[in-house]
Amino acid sequence: MSHQWNIVDATDTSHPDYYHRVVDCQWACPAHTDVPEYIRLIAQGRFTDAYMVNRHSNVFPGILGRVCDRPCEPACRRGRVEAKPVAICRLKRVAADHRDDVTARLPKIPRIKNGKRIACIGAGCASLTVANDLLPLGYEVTLFEQFATPGGLMRTNIPAFRLPASVLDEEIGMILGMGVDLRLGHRVESLKEMLEAGGYDAVFVGSGAPKGKELLLPGREEAAANVHIGISWLESVAFGHVERIGGRVLIIGVGNTAMDCCRTSLRLGARQVKVMARKPRAFFKASAWELEDAEEESVEIIVNRSPKAFVLENGRLAGMTFECMEYDLDPRGRIIAERVSGEEFIPADDVILAIGQDNAFPWIERDLGIEFNKWDVPVVDPATFQSTRPGVFFGGDAAFGPKNIIWAVEHGHQAAISIHRHCQGEPLAERLPPGVNLQSRKMGMHEWSYANDYAPAERRLMPHVSLKERFQKINIEVELGFSAEQVAQEVQRCLNCDVQTVFSAKLCIECDACIDICPVDCLTITPNAPEAQLRTQLKAPAKNLSQPLYVSAPLPQTRRVMVKDEDLCVHCGLCAERCPTAAWDMQKSHVRWPHAEDEARSLEQRKPKIA
Amino acid sequence: MTFITKPKVAHPSLPRNALGCTRRDYEGALSTLCAGCGHDSITAAIVEACWGLSLEPQNLVKLSGIGCSSKTTAYFVSGGHGFNSVHGRMPSIATGANAANRRLSYIGVSGDGDTLSIGLGQFCHAIRRNLDMLYIIENNGVYGLTKGQFSASADVGSKAKKGETNLQPPIDPVLLALDLGATFVARSFSGDKRQLVPLIEAGLRHRGFALIDVLSPCVTFNDHEGSTKSYAYTREHYEPAVLADFVPREREITADYGAGEASEVILHDGSRIVLRKLDADYDPGDRRAAAARVQERMSSGEYLTGLIYLDASGERPEFHQVSRTPEVPLNSLPYEALTPGAKALEKILARYR
Repeated sequence: MSHQWNIVDATDTSHPDYYHRVVDCQWACPAHTDVPEYIRLIAQGRFTDAYMVNRHSNVFPGILGRVCDRPCEPACRRGRVEAKPVAICRLKRVAADHRDDVTARLPKIPRIKNGKRIACIGAGCASLTVANDLLPLGYEVTLFEQFATPGGLMRTNIPAFRLPASVLDEEIGMILGMGVDLRLGHRVESLKEMLEAGGYDAVFVGSGAPKGKELLLPGREEAAANVHIGISWLESVAFGHVERIGGRVLIIGVGNTAMDCCRTSLRLGARQVKVMARKPRAFFKASAWELEDAEEESVEIIVNRSPKAFVLENGRLAGMTFECMEYDLDPRGRIIAERVSGEEFIPADDVILAIGQDNAFPWIERDLGIEFNKWDVPVVDPATFQSTRPGVFFGGDAAFGPKNIIWAVEHGHQAAISIHRHCQGEPLAERLPPGVNLQSRKMGMHEWSYANDYAPAERRLMPHVSLKERFQKINIEVELGFSAEQVAQEVQRCLNCDVQTVFSAKLCIECDACIDICPVDCLTITPNAPEAQLRTQLKAPAKNLSQPLYVSAPLPQTRRVMVKDEDLCVHCGLCAERCPTAAWDMQKSHVRWPHAEDEARSLEQRKPKIA
Repeated sequence: MTFITKPKVAHPSLPRNALGCTRRDYEGALSTLCAGCGHDSITAAIVEACWGLSLEPQNLVKLSGIGCSSKTTAYFVSGGHGFNSVHGRMPSIATGANAANRRLSYIGVSGDGDTLSIGLGQFCHAIRRNLDMLYIIENNGVYGLTKGQFSASADVGSKAKKGETNLQPPIDPVLLALDLGATFVARSFSGDKRQLVPLIEAGLRHRGFALIDVLSPCVTFNDHEGSTKSYAYTREHYEPAVLADFVPREREITADYGAGEASEVILHDGSRIVLRKLDADYDPGDRRAAAARVQERMSSGEYLTGLIYLDASGERPEFHQVSRTPEVPLNSLPYEALTPGAKALEKILARYR
């Protein structure tokens, strides 16, 4: 391998990130769910297996299959090759909806415990994941929950028409069934008391970001009866404390909570719901699909209106005044100037504020050795999730502010590893590194053990309950799930990016067969050069600079190099199929993303054996 | 070969030619040749060249004889006209088609067996006729379709896959073409598209007979130690003498050539060939010297490649001038012109009485 300054060194594909990042969805997923693998299992009708692949990484496939923020989908390669990504999230729901009973396949819980006790504060997705990972290792886990039901924001903030209670109950039940000591209706008022009382070897704080942001404008106090804070209001709806809302409702803010608020309002009697956005559509925080679903229900989204005051008539809220905003954008779409061009009054019976939420830790005393930063949130290590007080860990929204369920799950996995290492007296940072296993998919002449035909079908549309029916009750799930035919087509849209093209330079005879057959022109044999120049020497332009090029070792006959632009490879396997010397092979990459059980196994193996 | 078809999906930012087509639009059917066959690379080079020339597919005629090579006309430009003829008889079909319609581009793909054994006479006469076509020989030194016997282009001393040595001297198509007065003679290699693609473009635009002898390793029967037409041997004994860059009429010369490094030849349609000599003493305009150099390099086991000889002066009349074929296709001539009638026949017959 040459180290001359003017060429690119051969790509080190043994680095665990190399093949991992080729699988765009898995790389983008905070929990690194093996998406192509479970999609293939669904294609084979193996729903339970598909569910278990999911559960291993993301713990709540049924829940996430409905309400995940899906960072995988914008990353999906299908979206670059064609227009729309694979409906990854909704396929996850297919696995959850059609699986068999998985009780027998859940981790076994040892009867004899390891003597370590863990307290988790808040029974949301982060704490539940910690329990899920630690119970099989023999830990005793106590979950403290302020409400009478577990689930945290998944239950209180996501309306039942998007996420039915039965789905929540079942997946949370799997973890509770492992033997969690669940303390419902138990609000932790003082961390100091808990720590001083002792009895826990580690404390995990997964209490979420439960404080909705306030909008202090003239009239706010006087109109209090009809101005609601989004997440608290959704919570009251979830627990049946609120059953009605006025006919005309304004939602302030345009994030995903706003979308839940506007759609919930429609189910509580509102006839006219307007979502008020300060900025143009390109700046909306809500996911595109949540906006779509709200607009399908005739919610009106009004842009460029900045709230100015609450207006009262006869001591009751009558509406709000807004400043009409105008923005100047630069060519990249960023705001460079803004001005007020007028004012507008919009009548309303109720206003819901959905402009964000904050962490709140009034129950954590500031003299416990837990350092708080200038925003008054605890300082948390982003890799170990430990606070500045050893043995106290944070995860989910409580750690770094509001994110989403899938991030909270991954925080839980990582915190569980840290808690285990902490309890075993091992340094937290020296955790197991990730790895990748590769396994050939070649079965014989022209036979590959995956469906490598490119299916030109477009993304399937999720069928919905009709607009007439869906408002009759608050808990009618709007999305019906894919039909069998839709599943059959959607699974084939997956490009199997995890079936990697693995190249062996020493076998190459430079016959060009792979280059000529590649449908997306992602291969080139060329003299080596600095990367910027190399990108201009390729058969088709490699424009995605965030995707590194694969550069082989020098080829035996001419010392040129094989360069692959992974960006648009459709993993059809034709390079391997056409290669006369099997220099190309298609190999399934299996990303080993360690969890607490792997950590435990590795620590066990390293222990000195007593003869 | 493979049974898995190349999917229709393409790179979204593939460049487009003057017709708005990408090179994917110039592809043909699924190749049934062995994986790694040099012929498939030549097919890809033809696709690239036709795309680069913005050829309208319906204006291309693809002709071939029999053999692995001759199957390849099915694998490019599906929209073109194709004729898969009798073994070694492709030049006759090309002559007839050419006579009937001189406005089309003719590309004949043949092999060393089809050209140098059974079709040698036809090949020689096509050159002699100066037929307006591009004739590509996919030359691998063996009869691949019949399991790898030596062909007429196999070198003395070359070893077959099972070990026997070839004792008969080869017929070299380049020397033959130079000797018979061809006006465009080139040699290239399937593994060097940078050289091959501009040669195909230039050959398609050249008026008169253009020959490109392409060394095209047979990956199944002639890619072993001891073969003189394997990928490895060709790369080791490969000597480009003159690089030819083809510049179509509508395109500016953008490459930057040093003074005295490049010379330019203008073709009949206004497009140009920029010749860059890698060997300062070599003159691709001197037929006798070219033949001598080819022979000299051959005797030391080297393949001289590139545009070996070019005469674009138009001094040597080509087929249409000699045969005075009509400017327009026969199918567009009025009925009266095509069939002079009984009276005219009477007159002609009267000449023989």
